[in-house]
Amino acid sequence: MSYLNAADMTGGYGKADILHGCTLSVEKGQIAVIVGPNGAGKSTAMKAVFGMLPLRSGSVTLDGQDITALSPQDRVKMGMGFVPQVNNVFPTMSVEENLEMGAFIRHDDYRATMAQVFDLFPILKDKRRQNAGELSGGQRQQVAVGRALMTQPKLLMLDEPTAGVSPIVMDELFDRIIEVARTGISILMVEQNARQALEIADKGYVLAQGENRYTDTGQALLADPEVRRTFLGG
Amino acid sequence: MDVINALVALTNYVIIPATAYGAQLALGALGVTLVYSILRFSNFAHGDTMALGTGIVILITWGFQSLGITLGPLPTALLALPFGIVITAALLLGTDRTVYRFYRKVRAAPVVLVMVSVGVMFVMNALTRFLIGVDQINFDDGVRFVISARQWRDMTGLSEPLTLRSTQVITVITAVAVMVLLFWFLNRTRTGKSMRAFSDNEDLALLSGIDPNRVVTVTWIITGALATIAGTLYGLDKSFKAFTYFQLLLPIFAAAIVGGIGSPVGAILGGFVISFSEVGLTYAWKKVATYLVPAWEPDGLVQLLSTDYKFAVSFTILILVLIFRPTGLLKGKIV
Amino acid sequence: MSGTHQPSRSSSLRGPLFFAILAALLVIEGLTSGWNSTLGILNMGLLSAIMALGVNMQWGYAGLFNAGAMGFLALGGLAPVLISTAPTPGAFRAGGPGILTAFAVAIIAVLLAIQAYRRTRGPVRALLVTAILILGFFAFRWLFDPAVTVIEAINPSAAGNLGGLGWPTLLSWPIGALLAAGAAWLVGKTALGLRSDYLAIATLGIAEILVAILKNEQWLDRGVLNVNGIPRPWPVPYEIDLQSSATFVEMAQNWGIDPTLASTLTVKLAFLVLFVIVILLLIWGTELALKSPWGRMMRAIRDNEISAAAMGKNVTRRHLQIFVLGSAVIGLAGAMMISLDGQMTPASYNPLRYTFLILVMVIVGGSGSNWGSVLGGILVWYLWVKAGDWGPDIMGWAASPFADGPLKDHLLNSAAHMRMLVMGIILLVVLRFSPRGLLPEK
Repeated sequence: MSYLNAADMTGGYGKADILHGCTLSVEKGQIAVIVGPNGAGKSTAMKAVFGMLPLRSGSVTLDGQDITALSPQDRVKMGMGFVPQVNNVFPTMSVEENLEMGAFIRHDDYRATMAQVFDLFPILKDKRRQNAGELSGGQRQQVAVGRALMTQPKLLMLDEPTAGVSPIVMDELFDRIIEVARTGISILMVEQNARQALEIADKGYVLAQGENRYTDTGQALLADPEVRRTFLGG
Repeated sequence: MDVINALVALTNYVIIPATAYGAQLALGALGVTLVYSILRFSNFAHGDTMALGTGIVILITWGFQSLGITLGPLPTALLALPFGIVITAALLLGTDRTVYRFYRKVRAAPVVLVMVSVGVMFVMNALTRFLIGVDQINFDDGVRFVISARQWRDMTGLSEPLTLRSTQVITVITAVAVMVLLFWFLNRTRTGKSMRAFSDNEDLALLSGIDPNRVVTVTWIITGALATIAGTLYGLDKSFKAFTYFQLLLPIFAAAIVGGIGSPVGAILGGFVISFSEVGLTYAWKKVATYLVPAWEPDGLVQLLSTDYKFAVSFTILILVLIFRPTGLLKGKIV
Repeated sequence: MSGTHQPSRSSSLRGPLFFAILAALLVIEGLTSGWNSTLGILNMGLLSAIMALGVNMQWGYAGLFNAGAMGFLALGGLAPVLISTAPTPGAFRAGGPGILTAFAVAIIAVLLAIQAYRRTRGPVRALLVTAILILGFFAFRWLFDPAVTVIEAINPSAAGNLGGLGWPTLLSWPIGALLAAGAAWLVGKTALGLRSDYLAIATLGIAEILVAILKNEQWLDRGVLNVNGIPRPWPVPYEIDLQSSATFVEMAQNWGIDPTLASTLTVKLAFLVLFVIVILLLIWGTELALKSPWGRMMRAIRDNEISAAAMGKNVTRRHLQIFVLGSAVIGLAGAMMISLDGQMTPASYNPLRYTFLILVMVIVGGSGSNWGSVLGGILVWYLWVKAGDWGPDIMGWAASPFADGPLKDHLLNSAAHMRMLVMGIILLVVLRFSPRGLLPEK
């Protein structure tokens, strides 16, 4: 049994389904990446896992517990962290306050977690009094990830964390994500930069039209000529 | 000597009144800006909330007076103020439950909420009239002056009089205390920070586990307190009349927008920008001019604008800001 | 502005039914309080309906919140004063040139400032623009103040103002609409295209200022001294002429009506006919406009501003058009109201009555529905008048168990404020439970 199991998810907004029996799973401490063409339902699948999309059928379990009926807020309490693609920081609040808000549901001392986040993203420590809205795109993404880490999630979900950042910043972010995974946190991530993302992925999902098209390890998918031709542009 | 007299006249007729008025506007604008940032609409009922809150304070003040309870040299209204705040806040919470909550649930457009607040304005206006009528009411019973004209003359020997009314001092002290408290709350406490987070990014605040109902509740309580305090200070300083409070809406909105709507510091800055412009432009500068240029005997009052047009000042500033800097002096929220 | 716009099933019967109820109410009013009072309510109701039609264009078609209907109404009311009253002898010769030059100077200063703003940069710009505006202001006052003093000195007890042109009153109605349209253009140009509430706040402001001008500029309209005896529009007769006409008196007696009463009824009926014609023309025009491509685009913008903008529609431009048009209609109503009253009393403009009550009429009638606005205008006005009458009765009944004393007095005195409460509650209830109003838009 994997740590996260999203089995056979079918659903969408309104009448038309966007997902058709989509299945995702992530092992403890591993990185799973969802790639696929535009409109494949990648972000929707992510939202479904997080409880932001009504499902007509299928189930989501986390660490063996069925969480299909829980609200996103309750899933956060269960140990899921979610970093949306855009609007993922509090712009007029300082970096430190952003992290504090991340820890809002915790009633214990979160200073150790904040120190860990600062260790992971040292630049944030230097800028901790600055407003998140004044930071560069890459730094803002770090704040967003840091905020989600403050609840000490066991599963971190990232929706296109490298959207709109330069290639150098992207590599840096991927390195950090690997570091996060090494601490035992499972990662589920949607990525537009499929090639680079699959390189760090333990498991890759290629989605098309709301269905699983290919599922394998990241390296295997990268090596598969069919996947390369159809989804990775040769 | 004449330069000093000119300064005294300036202080007496412009600086002191504008500071007190600015503090009152700033408190009002803080309420408007708070509702705007959390509930995301311009609250047209705010002027009448101030009137209703003040009306309640006046009734309690009368109650205390009839029981013989006073604050000595201070106005009894200050003693009644906390009770007035509690009742006003409770009324606002009741309004939220019965009226506004539904529109939040259906995620109504902001302009619909503005229209709804007009309905609330009607009801509050009626309640105020029921409660206390439409007449002008003076309810200041404390010592009138901190410095009276005679004391000033004895003290300085200057021919130009200067008076400092106690309500002006009370206004400024109370306003500063309230602002310090508010900023401490917003910047230092968990609940205050969660309100700022909610105002910044509602979806992310929900994801972080911030309870929207709690945020909204606290917002209305603070708004009720700010409105009651602003209205009571204004009433003590000038006098209470329900319709005047409705008219205060314009300078208050102008202050909030000029400062940058959604920004508390901006609301305070905006309050003083509006009050100093208004008082400065409608003051008859003849006296100051005669002191400074003794050879010149102006035939008019040297008044740039008749006081009847004081609203034109707020309006003009508002329009200039909308044209040249729609986000306000300090960057406010979305245009 | 409701979220959904599906036609409702019962709509074909609703309209006639509600208008029949309204007619019945008015007939009851006629039978109990007399036809004179009924016609009075009806005429003012029709004027309110025109105001509501104007506000409905803005709120109902475009979702624009005009919180300053009172200002446009008052400005429109200035037209009959300036157009149809008799000129004050000598006033224009004495002060006219001074005032005209003063305004010309002011306009030149503003245009210069705009040019300076466009052509310069940095601190030079700030300095130059400020200097031009300050110099312009003082030049304006230097020309304007003496001219005003001269005009206000002419026959101050009866005139003291420029007076009008002595042209026909009917002509002043469209001119009132033009005046309001001009002011609306200035406000809309600055406040539209920003957040939706900013228009509301800007219009709230301009309304206060316009009324302040009417109250204080004696040279213009005698300010709070009021202008009386504004001529009636053709073909409305004067009671005194009717009463001295032998044929009219004879006719009235043949009908068995007192000639004095008959004359007032005739005058009111004449106004009524004029008002109804204007309303029908307005509705015909707006329905035509709404069915045109322009109107379809307007509704497309209201229903989904973002997608309309994405399709390349200039939303702000359309909003400005509809805002100006709606304000013109309100200005028209303002001019008509002054003609009906025969006097200009700037102190009587009250935002609750002339801005917010009109909004209640539009929303109760049905946002976006022209016949709804007419129904809402007359019905809400009727309720407003009657709530003023019923309030004391109800309160008297409610207070009857109490002993005479300060509490009872207070309750009885506050009855007059009942209607504020009633209107507020009606507005809230309609918005909440029936946001599409009595006669929903088809």
